[in-house]
Amino acid sequence: MLKFILRRILETIPVLLCVAAMTFFMCRLAPGGPFDEDKQVTAEVRELLNKQFNLDQPLHKQFIQYITHLPTLQSFKYPNRTVGEIISQKFPVSAKLGFFAMCIALGLGILFGVIASLRPNTYIDYIPSSLAMIGICLPTFVMGPLLILVFSLQLEWFPATGWGGFDGDQFFASDMVLPSLTLGFFYAAYISRLTRGGMLDILTQDYIRTAKAKGASGLQVILKHALRGGLLPVISFMGPAIAGLIAGSFVIETIFNIPGLGQDFVKSAFNRDYTLVLGVVMFYATLIIVLNLIVDILQVVLNPKLKFD
Amino acid sequence: MTNRIIACGALGLLTSVLIGCGPGAKPVDQGAHNKVLNITVGTEPEDIDPHVVTGVPEHHIIVALTEGLVAEDPVDLHPVPGTAERWKVSDDGTVYTFHLRENAKWTNGDPVTANDFVQSFKRILTPALASKYAYMLFVMKGAEDYSTGKLKDFSQVGAKAIDERTLEITLNSPTPYFLSLLNHYTWFPVHIATVVKHDGLTRRGSGWTKPENFVSNGAFRLKSWRLGRKIVVEKNHDYWDAETTKLDEIHFYPIELETTQENAFRGGQLHNIYSLHIDKIATYKKEHPDELRIKPHLASYFYRFNVTKKPCDDVRVRKALAMALDRGSITKNVTKGEQMPALFFTPPGVAGYTARARIEENVEKARQLLAEAGYPDGKGFPSLELLYNTTEGHRIIAEAIQQMWKKNLNINITLENQEWKVYLDRQREMDYQISRAGWTGDYPDPNTFLDMWTSWSQQNQTGWARDDYDALIRKAAVTQDPEARLELFQQAEEILMDELPILPIYIYTRVYALNPAVKNWHANVLDHHPWKHLDLEVKAAQ
Repeated sequence: MLKFILRRILETIPVLLCVAAMTFFMCRLAPGGPFDEDKQVTAEVRELLNKQFNLDQPLHKQFIQYITHLPTLQSFKYPNRTVGEIISQKFPVSAKLGFFAMCIALGLGILFGVIASLRPNTYIDYIPSSLAMIGICLPTFVMGPLLILVFSLQLEWFPATGWGGFDGDQFFASDMVLPSLTLGFFYAAYISRLTRGGMLDILTQDYIRTAKAKGASGLQVILKHALRGGLLPVISFMGPAIAGLIAGSFVIETIFNIPGLGQDFVKSAFNRDYTLVLGVVMFYATLIIVLNLIVDILQVVLNPKLKFD
Repeated sequence: MTNRIIACGALGLLTSVLIGCGPGAKPVDQGAHNKVLNITVGTEPEDIDPHVVTGVPEHHIIVALTEGLVAEDPVDLHPVPGTAERWKVSDDGTVYTFHLRENAKWTNGDPVTANDFVQSFKRILTPALASKYAYMLFVMKGAEDYSTGKLKDFSQVGAKAIDERTLEITLNSPTPYFLSLLNHYTWFPVHIATVVKHDGLTRRGSGWTKPENFVSNGAFRLKSWRLGRKIVVEKNHDYWDAETTKLDEIHFYPIELETTQENAFRGGQLHNIYSLHIDKIATYKKEHPDELRIKPHLASYFYRFNVTKKPCDDVRVRKALAMALDRGSITKNVTKGEQMPALFFTPPGVAGYTARARIEENVEKARQLLAEAGYPDGKGFPSLELLYNTTEGHRIIAEAIQQMWKKNLNINITLENQEWKVYLDRQREMDYQISRAGWTGDYPDPNTFLDMWTSWSQQNQTGWARDDYDALIRKAAVTQDPEARLELFQQAEEILMDELPILPIYIYTRVYALNPAVKNWHANVLDHHPWKHLDLEVKAAQ
C-alpha cells in the first residue's frame, strides 16, 4: 500500500506542472491585463506598473518565479494580500460549507436511496426518487433564492446572507443553514440515485439471500451486508463530489454572500489576477488529486476484489 | 430501537437548527440602538491606500477614514473646512494658502502637518509608484512633469510647507473647481512614517493599510478588515470634529450581486441596497416608496464611434445614427430608472453648466444624411458591429438601438458581447466600430467630461481629434472669468455634438434603497454622503 501511495504521489508532480503551465500561459494569452480599467492609464504608467509587478521579465522567468514563490506572491487585484493569505482566509469557509453540505448530502441521499431500493417500483420508491429528480433538475441558483424567499423573507427563520453570524466568527450560526441545504440537496439527489442503483444490484445477490436465510434481521442485512457493497458507486462519486462541493460553490457563495474561495476561483480569472488564478487553480488541483487518492484507497479497503496495483 | 434512534436524531437536528433562529433582533434594528450602520458599497475594495486605488467602493471607505484639506458639506457638497481650518486664494487665483488646524491629529497621536501633505503629494506623483490616478494632481504646478520624470526636483513642484501648519499650493492656472478637487482621495494625506516603515513609498501592497498598521486622520478609524466579509470602521474620538460624528461604527459589506443586496436589505441585515435591480423598481415604487431613491448621477451613458474605420469615419453616418434614436423610449421602456435621455454629453447643471448643443432626433433627416453618405435606404451599408461588455443591462439597450436603426434607417448591425477585460483591451486597441461606454465625473465641473475628448487624453479612444476643440479646452483651463470659461466649454461641446465621435444615450441615475432610519443622507450628483453627519434613528416602539 505504501508503494502504491508513493507511486501515486510521484505521478502527481508532472500533472501539477502541466496544470500550472496551462493555467499560466492561458491567462497570459487572454486579451486584456490586470491594469485595464474603464479609466485607461497612459503607456508610461502601464510600463511602470508592469515593472512593479515583474511583468516586464521574460515569460519563462515569470513562470519559474510564479511556481517557486506562489504562496508569497501578491495578488494583482488586492495588492495588500498575498495569494497564500487569500487562500488561507477563504478556503476554510468554503471547506466548512462543503462539509456541512456533504453531511446533508450523505445523510439524506443514503437514507432516501436505501428506502427507495427496498421496495422498488412502489410509492416508497417513487416518492424519494422523484424528490431526487427534482433535486437534480433544480439548479442551485433557483433553489437558493427559493429557500431565501421562504425561510428568510417570509418565515424569518434564517438570515438571508452572511456566514458565521454578525461578526462572522461563530463556529455554527443560523446563516449557515440555507446555503448548506442548497448545496447539500443537489448532491443528496445524486447520491440517493447512486445508492438506490447500487443497493438494487446488491439486494438480489446470493449472499444477501443467504444472510436472510440465516435469520439476520432486515436492518442487519442492510447495514452489515448490503450497504458495504451498495455504497461503492457512492464512494467513487465522493472524490470528485467533495472537490466539487468545495470548489463549485461559486453560485452559492455569491447568492448568500459567503466569503469563500469559490468566488475567487471565478473572479480572479475575470480580473486577470495572474497570481491568484494560478494559486487557486494549483490549490484545487492538489486537493482533487489528494481526494482521489483517498477514494482509491477507500475503494480497495471496502472492495476485496480490488488490489493496490 | 432503531426507530427511536432515528427519531431522536431527527429531533436533535431540528432543535439545533432552530436554536438561534426565530425572529430575533435584526442587525438594522440593533444598529439603530448601538449607532452601527450596516451598509454595502458594492464590491470588495482593492485597497484603501488613497494613492493607488481608483474605484468608487474604495472612495466610500477612504473618506470615512481619511480627511483632506477641505471636507464636503453634507447637503450640497460645497467645500467646507476640513484639516485646514481656513484658506486664502491669491488674486490671480493660482496660489492657495491653507492653514491647518492645531488639533488635527493622526490616529497614532501625531499632529497632521503641512509637510505630511507635501510628502503625500510627492508620493502619489513619484513615477515608481505608478499611480493610475496621479493625473488628478496635474493642476498643480510642476506635478505633471514630476510624475512623468521630466522634473527630478520636487521642490520645483507647487506644494510647499511654509511652516508646520501652513501649506501653499501653486496651480498652473486658476482652477475654479480646485477646492472640490481636493475632496478627491488622491489629494488626501497618508501617514508617511507608517508608509515608510512598511516600505510602501513606491510600491503597492506593502501592508501598511492593514488594520494593525493603518494610521489615518479622519472621523473614523479602521477597526478590522476581513476579506470578503466586511470592513469595520469605528468612531475616532481624537478626530478634531468628533462631536459631529454620530455613528459609533460603520460596517461595509462587499456584496456584488444586486439580488443578494436586496435579500439582505429585506431581511434586515443592511441599511441600504447600493444598486437596485431594474426589475424591482416598480415594486419598490408601489410598496416601499419611502425606501426607494432615484437620484440624478454625474455620469453619462454613451457609445464610442471608431472614426478611423468605415462606416463611422463619415460624420454623416455618425449623425444619421445619432438622429435615428428615440432616447426617451429607451429610458422609459428599457432602463426604467428615470434616466434622462441625453442629447448632449455633459450631465446638465454641473457647476452652473448645461450644454446648449443638442442632437436633433429626426428620422427623416437621418435617412437623408445616410443617403448623402451613399447608403440610400440603408442600401450597401457595410457591416457594423456594436461591442459591449457582457451585462444584461447593456445587452437590452443595444438590442433596442439595433431595432431602432433597423426600423428607421433600414440598416443591420450585429451585437458582440465580450468579457470586461477583453472589451477594455479592444477599446484601447481601437479594435471596434461602435463600443459601449460610460463616464462618471471625477469632480463636479464640465471639464471632467470635456477634456477626455482632447487629442492627448487616454480616455478618448475614438481616434477623433480636432485642433479647435483642443484649443478651447486649453483656453478654458487658463480662463479666470467663470462666465467666459463656461462659454468656452459650450463651444467645445457644440463641436463635439456636431462631429459626434460619440453617441450620447442617457444621463445616469442612481437607483438604490435606503432604510428610513438613516438620517442626514442627502442626495447629490456625486453620490457622496459624508459619514460623520449620518445618524440612525431608533424606531418608535410598536
